[in-house]
Amino acid sequence: MSRLNKKFIKLKENSQKALIPFITAGHPHPLMTVPTMHALVKNGASIIELGMPFSDPMADGIVIQQSSEEAIKKGMTLSSVLDVVCEFREKDDKTPVILMGYLNPIEKFGYQNFIQQASESGVDGLLIVDMPPEEADDLLSLLNQYNMSQIFLIAPTTTRKRQEYILSKSSGFIYCVALKGVTGSNNVDYGDLSEKFTTIRSLTNLPIAIGFGVKDVESALAVAEYGDAVVIGSALVKKLGKCNNEKQIKKTIKKFIKPIAKALNKD
Amino acid sequence: MINYYDFPDVKGHFDKFGGVFASETLMKCLEELQTAYKKYKTDEAFQNEFYYDLAHYVGRPSPLYLAKRLTENVGGANIWLKREDLNHTGAHKINNTVGQILLAKAMGKKRIIAETGAGQHGVATATVAARLGLKCVVYMGEVDIQRQSINVYRMKLLGAEVISVKSGSKTLKDALNEAMRDWVTNVDETFYIIGTVAGPAPYPEMVRDFNSVVGREAKKQFNEQVGGLPDAIVACVGGGSNAMGIFHEFLNDETVKLYGVEAEGKGMSTGKHAASINAGEVGVLHGNRTYVMSDDDGQIIETHSISAGLDYPGVGPEHAFLNDKGRARYVLANDQEALNAFHLLTEVEGILPALESSHAVAYGIKLAQKLAKGKNIIVNLSGRGDKDVHTIAALEGINL
Repeated sequence: MSRLNKKFIKLKENSQKALIPFITAGHPHPLMTVPTMHALVKNGASIIELGMPFSDPMADGIVIQQSSEEAIKKGMTLSSVLDVVCEFREKDDKTPVILMGYLNPIEKFGYQNFIQQASESGVDGLLIVDMPPEEADDLLSLLNQYNMSQIFLIAPTTTRKRQEYILSKSSGFIYCVALKGVTGSNNVDYGDLSEKFTTIRSLTNLPIAIGFGVKDVESALAVAEYGDAVVIGSALVKKLGKCNNEKQIKKTIKKFIKPIAKALNKD
Repeated sequence: MINYYDFPDVKGHFDKFGGVFASETLMKCLEELQTAYKKYKTDEAFQNEFYYDLAHYVGRPSPLYLAKRLTENVGGANIWLKREDLNHTGAHKINNTVGQILLAKAMGKKRIIAETGAGQHGVATATVAARLGLKCVVYMGEVDIQRQSINVYRMKLLGAEVISVKSGSKTLKDALNEAMRDWVTNVDETFYIIGTVAGPAPYPEMVRDFNSVVGREAKKQFNEQVGGLPDAIVACVGGGSNAMGIFHEFLNDETVKLYGVEAEGKGMSTGKHAASINAGEVGVLHGNRTYVMSDDDGQIIETHSISAGLDYPGVGPEHAFLNDKGRARYVLANDQEALNAFHLLTEVEGILPALESSHAVAYGIKLAQKLAKGKNIIVNLSGRGDKDVHTIAALEGINL
């Protein structure tokens, strides 16, 4: 059984929701990424979403754009993202790690090479923002072969028919975007969410993760009601961007992530 | 033999190129756009309105002009110019914006967004938005804003809001990213008018179709003035909309050689160029699979060309396809050759070409020298050079 499946089964047994923090690999510095990941786990992260920096992140807001630019400037590459996961796995073999990014660096790396090396490094799943399931067949068969999950997004604009199609191609969990817009946006209409997620829930047994627009305990709790996991990205990346060393990172995570994790798991 | 009109397929693929590589939020509106375009493509009233506007607002047909003194000066094949520079707003870009804004209107969209490099597409979009009274926002890289200040002012006069894009290389590709982000955020009421034959399907097909009037006119005009078909067609290629516009009508006429001219910038060996087909690799950028200029890690790299309109690290997927099938050849002209061509055409024909189009003129001159007298080359003179006068003066150390 995959790490992701095990994790979600265990969370369900304990009636807990997963907290999935997103960080950009290599930000604020390539050497700080592995310690950041361990600190996130220590403070209650269930799954880690690691951003593969790309020069042209079309679906990301300004915070993640800048974090990617900075990571690339500091020498982060796709291959060093895999090194990061490898190093993380030396001390943590349980926490699932999924990679999120854009297709071009993977095309350049080669699908076969990339999936094989990602699997060997201990990556559990892949979310490619600019690759809808229609274009994903080649990658899907490789992911199956290497027992990695293919995570897709469902957006507020996704029709019922597409939801079914996307779910038929998904594994691990399904990532629901709570708002129209780029990452780090602010205009979530929580009133809309209820109906949407009831429908999705009726269509799938996959765990539902909700993200985009989550920035604190309050917003995390508001979306947690409808899903099995909460993704927190830009708000965390913004805070990490202000850290200059490991100590500050640990402190920031303890202060920011721990209360959210606690709030999600209190019942 | 390949029937080039079988492409793209229903999912927007030109063989292995093209497709839809977009974030999920946009998939619904791309499907709606695809459906609407399919409907209006064959809708008589829509097509009549489009051609009426092209005739009476744009000023079509644009002339096909035999550049006699240029031909004599060069010595070789006859050089014909397809005068897209004489269109309203000064370039071929208006053909596409006139078409897309009619589609936006038909789909009930109230807000128009666009990206622009040289500013020609931005001006063409702001123009048609003003004409229909629609709100218009144009994204433009900070670097391009500096080198195309006249077009920025024109857009503002036309009532458009010009947003300076400061991310990445601050040029066309970043303007496109930012426009995409706007679209994802305001997807319900917004129509995104992409200015070139790139982007996710249906854009490459749609932008090509709206520009294909150029090739249809050229074919008819050549037949009337000379008879038969020309020997070669030459057009500059950044994203490639003017080139697809003139190539499309001739794709199945295999005797007509097609040349797309990429910007060689300061030379291939310097790495400072924008020759995506000549130097790039197959990748995914801005919603489609095509030739892309990226580094060893797959990060998109900054390109260079003297002309902002060619300064783009990708190319329309149909060009990638035509290159791979050997139907069109993609050749090079560098900054200096473009400048020389600019001056020559200005001096012997009294026509100031845009720096983009000057690349096509430069290769057209080379090709004319290789071909026998009496052969015929059509160069797509895609835009006029008034917007570039400041750039050229500055390069030559002249303070205006």
